[in-house]
Amino acid sequence: MSCEHSHTVLHGYLDGELDAARASEFERHLESCPDCLAALEAQETLRSALQRAQLYETAPVALRRKIRASLPAAVPDAFGLRWRFMRWVALAVTAFLVAFVGWRMVSNFNDKNQYQAEEMIDAHLRSLQSGHLTDVTSTDQHTVKPWFNGKLDFSPPVRDFANDGFPLQGGRLDVLHGRTVAALVYGRRKHVVNVFVWPASERDVAPRSGSQLGYQWVDWRKGGMEFCAISDTPVSDLDQLQRLIAQ
Amino acid sequence: MSSSGQGKGSGVLDSEERERFEQLVLPHLDAAFNLARWLLRGRADAEDVAQEAMLRAYRFFNGFHGGDARAWLLQIVRNTCYTWLEKNRPMETKTEFDEELHSQPASNPESLAIASDNRERLTRALETLPARFREVLVLRELEGCSYKEIAAITAIPIGTVMSALSRARQRLQQVLTQGAPQEASREL
Repeated sequence: MSCEHSHTVLHGYLDGELDAARASEFERHLESCPDCLAALEAQETLRSALQRAQLYETAPVALRRKIRASLPAAVPDAFGLRWRFMRWVALAVTAFLVAFVGWRMVSNFNDKNQYQAEEMIDAHLRSLQSGHLTDVTSTDQHTVKPWFNGKLDFSPPVRDFANDGFPLQGGRLDVLHGRTVAALVYGRRKHVVNVFVWPASERDVAPRSGSQLGYQWVDWRKGGMEFCAISDTPVSDLDQLQRLIAQ
Repeated sequence: MSSSGQGKGSGVLDSEERERFEQLVLPHLDAAFNLARWLLRGRADAEDVAQEAMLRAYRFFNGFHGGDARAWLLQIVRNTCYTWLEKNRPMETKTEFDEELHSQPASNPESLAIASDNRERLTRALETLPARFREVLVLRELEGCSYKEIAAITAIPIGTVMSALSRARQRLQQVLTQGAPQEASREL
C-alpha cells in the first residue's frame, strides 16, 4: 500500500468506514509506516478538537414556532369516515397479533437475557481477580489491536478514549456462551470497564441496558459485531462509552 | 430518496400527512439549521434558508417514500443553500474550486493540538474552507453522518466521500497550522 494511497484510506479507517479486510490491511501498514501513524494521530487530535469545541449550532426556539405557524393548513381527509373506521379495525387486529407474538418472544428472550447477563457478570468478576484483567497491557490501541491478530477469527475495533475519560488499559481473550471473545479493558475513574466483543450475524440492535447485583451493562449490535460493556460504574458512564465506541 | 422525489410536490397535505411530516421531518430542524449556518456562515441567513427549506420539504413531502428523513431534508437544505448563495453571493460558489493541495500538511500533533484548541479559531478556519469541503466536514464531524448519508445529501458518488473528507481535513489542518490565510470574502 503506497503512502499516497494511505492518506485517503486513513480517513476511512478513522471514520470506521473500511471493511474488515481493508482495515486490517491498513493496520499492518501502520506498523511499518511512521508517517501514516503520525498522520492518523494528527487527524485524531483534530477530530477531538472539533468535538470539544461544540460547533453544532441549534435552531432558535422562535424559528421552530415560526415554521410551524407558516406551514399551509391541512386539507380535510378525502376518504372520509368509512375508510377511517376500517383502518381502526385493521389496526386493532394487528395490535392483537403483535401483542400475542411479542409476548411469546419476550418470555423466551428474557430467559436468554437473564442467562447471558449472569455469564457476563461472572466473566467481569473473574477478570478482576489479580492477574486476570489483561493479557496484553497497554494504553496504545496500536499495540492492543494487533495483539488479537491470529488469536481470534475476527478483528475487534480497538480505540483509546483517554481524552474522554476512558483510558484503554489493555485486552485479553475470554470465553462467553462457549465461544472465544475479545475483552477490552477501559478505566473509568477508579473503576474497571470490560467491553466484550464478538461477531454477530443478526441485524443491528440499539443499545439496551440492565443491572443486576450492583453491576450495570449496556449491550448493542452494530456492523456485524455484538458488544457488551459491563462495570460497577453508573449506567450513564457506560452509555457514554457506548456512544464513543459506536461512533 | 431520489432527487426526482423533490420534483412533484402538490403542496397540499391532508391532516394525517401533516402529522407525519411533523413527526418525521420537523424534529430535524436543528440539523437543517446547523448545515445552513455553516454553508452560509451566518445565523440570520441560516434562519431564512432553513425556514424556506422546511416549507419546500413540506410541499414535496408527497415525494418522500420513507427512509432516512434527516438525509432527505438535508438534501433539500443543501440545494436551497446553494440556490441562495448563487443568487446572493455568486462569487462564493464560483471561486472555490481550487481544490488542489500543493503539499501534504506536516503532521505535527503538538502544534495542531495547540492550534485547534480554541473554538474561535476552529470556527474561522472552517469558514475559510470552500463550501464543498465545509459541508462534508460538518456532515461528518458535527452531524455524525455515515459516508452513505453524505453521498445521498451532497450528491457525490459514495466512492469519493472518503477522498473528499481526506482533502477537506488536510485543508483544515493546513489552515490551522499555517496561520489563517486571507479569509474568503464575506458579506455579512
